Amino acid sequence: MLSLQRNVALGALALTIALAVLGAFVPEWILYTCALVLAKGLVVLGLCLLLRMNLVSFGQGLYYCAGAYICGLVSQMGISDAFFLTFLAALGSAVVGLILGLFLSGYRSVFFAMFNLALSMILYGVLLKSISLGGSDGVGVAAPTYLGYAPDGEMRLYVFFVFALAVAGASSVFAFLYTKSEMGLASASVKDCEIRLEYLGLSVRYLIIFNFVIASTLAGIGGALVAMVSGHIIPELAYWTTSGEFVFITVLSGPNGILSAFGATAVFETIRLVAGQNMPNSWQMLLGSFLLLSILFMPNGISGLFRRAKAPKPDAVGEGINND
Amino acid sequence: MIEALEARGLKKAFNGVKAADDVSVVIRSGEIVSLIGANGAGKTTFVNMVTGYLKPDSGTILSQGREITGLKPREITRLGVCRSFQIPQVFNDLSLEENLLVAVNVALKGAARSHSPLRNAGNRNARQMADEILVRFKLEDYRHNRANEVSGGTRKLLDVGMATISHPRVLLLDEPTSGVASNEKFAFMDVVMNALADEEVAVMFIEHDMDIVRRYAHRVIVFHEGRVLADGATEDALNQDDVKRYVTGSAA
Ligand SMILES: Nc1ncnc2c1ncn2[C@@H]1O[C@H](COP(=O)(O)OP(=O)(O)OP(=O)(O)O)[C@@H](O)[C@H]1O
Ligand SMILES: [Mg+2]
Repeated sequence: MLSLQRNVALGALALTIALAVLGAFVPEWILYTCALVLAKGLVVLGLCLLLRMNLVSFGQGLYYCAGAYICGLVSQMGISDAFFLTFLAALGSAVVGLILGLFLSGYRSVFFAMFNLALSMILYGVLLKSISLGGSDGVGVAAPTYLGYAPDGEMRLYVFFVFALAVAGASSVFAFLYTKSEMGLASASVKDCEIRLEYLGLSVRYLIIFNFVIASTLAGIGGALVAMVSGHIIPELAYWTTSGEFVFITVLSGPNGILSAFGATAVFETIRLVAGQNMPNSWQMLLGSFLLLSILFMPNGISGLFRRAKAPKPDAVGEGINND
Repeated sequence: MIEALEARGLKKAFNGVKAADDVSVVIRSGEIVSLIGANGAGKTTFVNMVTGYLKPDSGTILSQGREITGLKPREITRLGVCRSFQIPQVFNDLSLEENLLVAVNVALKGAARSHSPLRNAGNRNARQMADEILVRFKLEDYRHNRANEVSGGTRKLLDVGMATISHPRVLLLDEPTSGVASNEKFAFMDVVMNALADEEVAVMFIEHDMDIVRRYAHRVIVFHEGRVLADGATEDALNQDDVKRYVTGSAA
């Protein structure tokens, strides 16, 4: 019964350790980019869960920003423990997600997307005007410590990278098991037939809120990571282009993968990095063309590629599950 | 006497059209009833009201003596009143097995009263229950096919199978044989009725084909323009003059 859980956890642990070891040998700028990818990948992971229900949030920056500001502002008060800050950010963004989810769960399609966008722009506006929260300049975030351990100099980024890996790894294990669970499976069927779910005895609204809270929590965790690695928080984290970027990457990823969420984020950040350096004035055009091609040739995103490559589909729900 | 289902004086109008006009119906536990009536007679509206999809303008609905008027479909489902649909409401993108796993998991959870975001949907218990339904409804051969790949009749069976999973006390089947090829209708109904034989369930099925009605129903309820035109043993009801005139078309 528990062997799926165990196998996935062990696999994730092995991958995390391998990446942590690899990370010791790469230059700082790559490490920094990887930390960024892990942070943003978590936001994308949450969006993938929503996309499985045919819901797209064009305002995920709101929860990302909320997590980052909770982390940043609490660190201003002299608390620098990365675990604690991440936990607070997760909790805070979950609460925000729950409150807004109660309202948003009544909407679908473009209304859902746009209400999220509108709410995120309200947060952006409020932060811009709040002098005590740093206004448009934002505020600095103190270097994180880890249960009393304060790495210095060169170690700082590496230790954070390992921390981010662990957080992303744990979140991914949770997300994977969730998608295979009864609630995860029911969520994936919302887009097909809400009526049947209601007639089976399930509240679709409850299900949507539940997924929405998970997605906001993941976004908040991503925000906390970004705050700690960049050492700075600014209102732009809630700006609509930030949210648009996440949607862009989510489309690239496709809804069905866990690793593909991070893979797509890595591809996106790499293109931006490389193209941004070599063609500073037209990298957006390159990104746009890239998205166009990927939608044309990979309608289910990166995760879709692996799906098709796998056996002729049948057991998507029950893989490796006959653990008698 | 506590009835499986009892409707008292249901009324429902849509923009002046009386889809239900003082409908009173009783269904006893274990019996098989057919609900017939011309197009637009209010048959689906009745099922919609009983299962909470529509709220009656007035009237009362009870199941096992408990009032269920105005409850939500999911609440009524949990109280043991389930339905299938005129157009199958299934998860088209999922395989038949996955469809049933969703249904089984929701039903199990209803019993356990706990939501678990980490319990594997494909656990042994759930698979066994899904398997059992696949076998009972003769769907094993299609278990790995997606619901939108199988024939209309197979989708119908899946729809009924999903409605049966929580072992309802009352099962309302809205035109189970519509969309089933006419030479397969009897075989189809045999599968459904055999599958339900071991359940302690009262079945009401809406049907337009009188051969099917004669073969499977103990009792017939006839609707006409939102009213109950006849209600009685199958042959008695079908032989009533006004039933022949308005519904079965075999005018005397
Ligand atoms: N949601 C609705 N809005 C408006 N009118 C409706 C609605 N549902 C049903 N009606 C009307 O109520 C009347 C009864 O419809 P109902 O669907 O119950 O008939 P039926 O007996 O199931 O017919 P059929 O055999 O064609 O399925 C019809 O006149 C129909 O147009
Ligand atoms: Mg009808």
